Amino acid sequence: MTVAADPGADPGVDTKSELSGRGSVGDVVFRGIAVTAATLILVALAAVFIFLGIEGIPGFSVDAQHYTGRGSFLGLVVPLLFATMYAAVLALIVAVPFSVAIALFISHYAPRRIATPVAYVIDLLAAVPSVVFGLWGAVVLGPYLVPAHTWLSENLAWLPFFDGQPSGNGRTLFTAAIVLAVMVLPIITSICREVFAQTPRLHEEAALALGATRWEMIRYAVFPYARSGMVSAVMLGLGRALGETMAIAMIVSPKVIISLFIIGTNNPQTIAAYIAQGYKESTPDRLSVLIATGLVLFAFTFLVNALARWIVARGRAK
Amino acid sequence: MSKIDPSVDDVVQEENMLAHATLPRGAQWLVGVAALALGGLAVVLGVGIVGAAVIGVLAFLIGYPLWALLVENKRSATDKLVTGLVWTAFAVAVIPLIWLIYTVVSRGAATISPEFLTFSMRSVTGDDQGGLYHALIGTLIVTGIAAVISIPIGIMTAIYLIEYGKGNRLAKGITFLVDVMTGIPSIVAGLFAFALFTLIMGPGTRFGFGGGVALSLLMIPTVVRSTEEMLKLVPDDLREAAYALGVPKWRTITKMVLPTAIGGIVTGVVLSISRVIGETAPLLVASGFNPNLNTNAFDDSPMMTVPVFIYTQLSEATAKGVEYAWGGALVLFILVMVLNLIARIVGTIFAPKTGR
Repeated sequence: MTVAADPGADPGVDTKSELSGRGSVGDVVFRGIAVTAATLILVALAAVFIFLGIEGIPGFSVDAQHYTGRGSFLGLVVPLLFATMYAAVLALIVAVPFSVAIALFISHYAPRRIATPVAYVIDLLAAVPSVVFGLWGAVVLGPYLVPAHTWLSENLAWLPFFDGQPSGNGRTLFTAAIVLAVMVLPIITSICREVFAQTPRLHEEAALALGATRWEMIRYAVFPYARSGMVSAVMLGLGRALGETMAIAMIVSPKVIISLFIIGTNNPQTIAAYIAQGYKESTPDRLSVLIATGLVLFAFTFLVNALARWIVARGRAK
Repeated sequence: MSKIDPSVDDVVQEENMLAHATLPRGAQWLVGVAALALGGLAVVLGVGIVGAAVIGVLAFLIGYPLWALLVENKRSATDKLVTGLVWTAFAVAVIPLIWLIYTVVSRGAATISPEFLTFSMRSVTGDDQGGLYHALIGTLIVTGIAAVISIPIGIMTAIYLIEYGKGNRLAKGITFLVDVMTGIPSIVAGLFAFALFTLIMGPGTRFGFGGGVALSLLMIPTVVRSTEEMLKLVPDDLREAAYALGVPKWRTITKMVLPTAIGGIVTGVVLSISRVIGETAPLLVASGFNPNLNTNAFDDSPMMTVPVFIYTQLSEATAKGVEYAWGGALVLFILVMVLNLIARIVGTIFAPKTGR
């Protein structure tokens, strides 16, 4: 670099600089800019809370007619929250086994020649915009899964999830959960992959030297080491699934209800999709209801993410 | 086993007199071919392709461990089962990706034409030719605004965190808040911008700048994160060498630290742009819907963007709407992929220089 050679280019600054380099005008200004930028983030987040609060709090208690026939804010937000959680958990049930398996595939099973492109392809999956997933789920996957819906309702109707008249177009929570699973899969996979790869080589070799098969090595050396990382990966995936809007808004034909039934025409509505589908609303009361539900979603995802971070921190402290 | 099949590795077998029996080498291929044959048979018998594939995979997943269980032992069988499951999981997960890309490209390519790219939806009714020109311009403007807001704030914050605030209270607080921001659901970011400008400019304000603000809220944390990671990689030796020569701190940062890390920073920034360019929900709320071209982000009128275009076209629920939605999806997909490609290329060009 040429820095050492050109102090003369800016003599006004350099002659004034102390040994610590603190006194110069340039330093003060630059530091000031950095501090301002950092503080701006603080301000921005505070602003998020304040403005959502100002606009949203009236939404907790407006006229009963604005709560989509649910009577009160609680009556509206409880089913929404239930559906949000339900859809996310369904997605995770599908996504977690696959994510862990693919992460293992990349870190321990696949030959390097295959592992690198696979990791790239999985990252590619993460880059696909959610609206494209939503379009694909609504137009392609949904109709394709109609026979699966029929089959489930005919054969597994003893489960509350499949007990009822199946949808004829596949625009159900069942389809949405699969699409959601595909969307959170790359997130969970990439974090799991990294923690798996960090397992101390010596642990693995010690296990193998004792005669463990590859699976036993993974079970007794890799998994215990990666447990907290895996849990936090799942929690981050959950956070993403909770906040995901478009896939559900575009695929599901919704209703604000609490129901476990996932293959019919009336599916529980999630918070994010509820807000998105009400975006054309313009009466102030309706808007403040939407913003209030948004606040609830924010608080909820915040809790989930905080829990994830706490688990990571606890895992690290050990 | 070795007596039945002497061709398999005599040497190893003789040396391991104490070892238990093992499956012949290439056993997995043998089982694989058998499973494939079974799948083929299923197709011939009139089971659908999907059903046949399921039968073939199941045959492999059961047959291979079962063989291992008979010849070797339970532990080996478990190992083989898990290996099979891991490979299957990988294969199954690749299906939606290929399927998705295939449909987006094939159905999008049928829609995209010069007219589609240069027409807006202004007074398009019935079979009139429309397009997404207005949405494309809107996306570029809104994403541009988000980038202009986020990049300086993000990079300077990262510089503060790494170079100035190491371990102090403000830095710890900021790190925490950046974590919180990463977890903001995108639609909440949109609601925030909407609520903010509702207070400032009156109720129901939806315009380009609002969308930009919403996106920047989502973009800043990713910029901070990636820049932070890159700055951490710059060796302290470089900084100390500069200080030893009497270079002020800010010049050390601008002339030594940033140039060293620039490749990674640019990659991170481009990737964060590619992430927000496909965001739909916040724009739906903050920028709104507009069939006309609107190039003024500060004008109090909605600005269309490509993701919102896709969403609204799909909700038209007409054959033409769906077609346009696919066209929009392909355009968006190409935008995202090009940005990812740029990020990769920049990453390779500026990759840490080796010895000079």
